Amino acid sequence: MTVKSTSRARKKAAPGVPDSLRTGQDAPAELVQLLTPEGERVENPEFPLTVTPEELRALYRDLVLVRRFDGEATALQRQGELGLWASLLGQEAAQVGSGRAMRENDYAFPTYREHGVAWCRGVDPLNLLGMFRGVNHGGWDPNEKNFHLYTIVIGSQTLHATGYAMGITKDGAEDAVIAYFGDGASSQGDVNEAFTFASVYNAPVVFFCQNNQWAISEPTTTQTRIPLYRRAAGFGFPGVRVDGNDVLACLAVTRWALDRARSGSGPVLIEAFTYRMGAHTTSDDPTRYRSSEETEAWKAKDPISRLRAHLEREGLADEEFFAAVDAESEALGLRVREGVRSMPDPDPTLIFDHVYAEPHALVAEERAEYVAYAQSFEGGE
Amino acid sequence: MSKLSMSKAINEGLRSCLEADPKTLVMGEDVGKLGGVFRVTDGLQKDFGEDRVIDTPLAESGIVGTAIGLALRGYRPVVEIQFDGFVYPAFDQIVTQLAKMHARALGHVKMPVTIRIPYAGGIGAVEHHSESHEAYFAHTAGLRVVTPSNPDDAYWMLRQSVESDDPVIFLEPKARYWDKAEISAAPALDLHAAKVVRPGTDLTLLAYGPTVKTCLEAAAAAEQDGHRLEVVDLRSLSPIDFPTLAASIKRTGRAVVVHEAPVFMGMGAELAARLTEQCFYHLEAPVLRVGGYYAPYPPSRVEEQFLPDLDRVLDAVDRALAF
Ligand SMILES: Cc1ncc(C[n+]2csc(CCOP(=O)(O)OP(=O)(O)O)c2C)c(N)n1
Repeated sequence: MTVKSTSRARKKAAPGVPDSLRTGQDAPAELVQLLTPEGERVENPEFPLTVTPEELRALYRDLVLVRRFDGEATALQRQGELGLWASLLGQEAAQVGSGRAMRENDYAFPTYREHGVAWCRGVDPLNLLGMFRGVNHGGWDPNEKNFHLYTIVIGSQTLHATGYAMGITKDGAEDAVIAYFGDGASSQGDVNEAFTFASVYNAPVVFFCQNNQWAISEPTTTQTRIPLYRRAAGFGFPGVRVDGNDVLACLAVTRWALDRARSGSGPVLIEAFTYRMGAHTTSDDPTRYRSSEETEAWKAKDPISRLRAHLEREGLADEEFFAAVDAESEALGLRVREGVRSMPDPDPTLIFDHVYAEPHALVAEERAEYVAYAQSFEGGE
Repeated sequence: MSKLSMSKAINEGLRSCLEADPKTLVMGEDVGKLGGVFRVTDGLQKDFGEDRVIDTPLAESGIVGTAIGLALRGYRPVVEIQFDGFVYPAFDQIVTQLAKMHARALGHVKMPVTIRIPYAGGIGAVEHHSESHEAYFAHTAGLRVVTPSNPDDAYWMLRQSVESDDPVIFLEPKARYWDKAEISAAPALDLHAAKVVRPGTDLTLLAYGPTVKTCLEAAAAAEQDGHRLEVVDLRSLSPIDFPTLAASIKRTGRAVVVHEAPVFMGMGAELAARLTEQCFYHLEAPVLRVGGYYAPYPPSRVEEQFLPDLDRVLDAVDRALAF
């Protein structure tokens, strides 16, 4: 039997997709920006921001240290110390800006790439490496710094964030929650369900989508035909698109959204328009699906060099400051390298720990079986 | 307490949980004004308010996912899935998130979420309203899975489930919702204990949820033929109270497992395997299984042929006794 060609049925590339969405090259008109790629301050009356020189220097320090940590982790993966790494390279401003907008009691629900947010929450960077080294599935106490565990299943955590935010409302507390996810995740049912629940219950949750243009090899155009931030309108809450490589804009917009949520006005969707400069993870090969011209074009918008340009242009930091940050960055790199290498493998009985909060007969039985089996090798002939 | 139907017993159980702990919430589709499609949550919203008895959007993943978030915030959500066949959209949240959160956090967070699911068949319902999916859940470490077979257990096991700091899948045999019985003043058993509901000497019938009643009827019928069958109600499917089961089989030397779910890869397979390991020298016959066929749950006009009934149970009993 011969199969007829179905080529006639195949559709051409979708019409009507705006170029800005297709390529990400041109900053769309609706992008909130407070610091140009050249390091110039611009004002946005809707999102005013006053920052002291000291705060600007602190943000710069965050960006540099987070990038260093991330680079170190990538190197450690190459050296075989980590099984995998999901780099945040290029997304530092989106994460530091939004992370620094949070108050102590706010709660963050990350994906697997939010190393910069973890940094802002005060989570020890070494804790983030346990999962990637394979010694645990997260392992930190999420309530210690109000930073939830990394979530691998795309979009799941947006519902946890929303439920947590519903709890805040019930408690009558004035806290807010921020849920991180990617542009790929916006297609998941859970994210759309989270939008519905958050909207209907007016939950104090800020949805922070880092549109880094790619979901592994799939461009944003495979997930949506409209700019992502506009999705919010359909669910009945505001959506804002912010320059995700502009730490000041991310800070201002997220602070506004969190304040708004805290005051009882419900959720906001922030689309941080940014770019993943590296591979999706260390096992990915981006040369198979995107052009180097594209990556080059985004390099010109680098979040760190633009803040540095601003600090230099305005004379807000001197060589001594930059040298001090670089030294700190070296020290962090060393600490991470040594910390990872000396990270102990877990005792195999970890398998049976914490399966349940209360005793469970089967787990107890299998643990005893395992221990007896393991002991049969020790001291045996 | 006077006699209560199982659905009313669960209702009373929920009520006492809501009264005992202001952090307990009831969530689900139509659980508020309507009181649930089986009226299990009847009157709870009126008495405890919309803030604690919450009508949710029609989104099962959303219901379980937000319950996880509420648990992280210190709440104790009791979630209702309207019917067995509609838990699948939430399956991801249940097995990848709810079941594993405690372990991923190395014990730092607890997940006291109870998921109530009316399950199993025998009520003449349309597609997706009669399924038995207990094996999926029992297969997932981190979940507890229980199913009462009578109003007294339904009341106390629900309370124990809600009090548990672990996630509990609470399967309600909907064909037994209307059975009535007295509720005892205190729980007689631990949540995970099995119970000999009818003593016997010749063979053990292992059942849970809806098939306990079927097996009691079968044991009564077998008595006419001079066979004294013991009936054990598992009550808990994770963990399983194997010591009680094994003790029964060591007494009787024979066992037949009866459940509604398809036999292939079901609870019966696990029970037969483990009990053979534990009671090999006491067994006079292989552990036999009676259950649904390896087919989608059928249209209601033929569900009687699909479900294990008195005759199929007794037929298996005869085969076991003939060894
Ligand atoms: C439910 C689910 N499907 C598929 C995957 C495999 N996967 C991991 S990351 C990823 C792409 C996610 O893209 P996006 O949401 O844009 O986030 P990004 O990684 O770009 O930050 C996929 C498909 C997964 N982890 N979870």
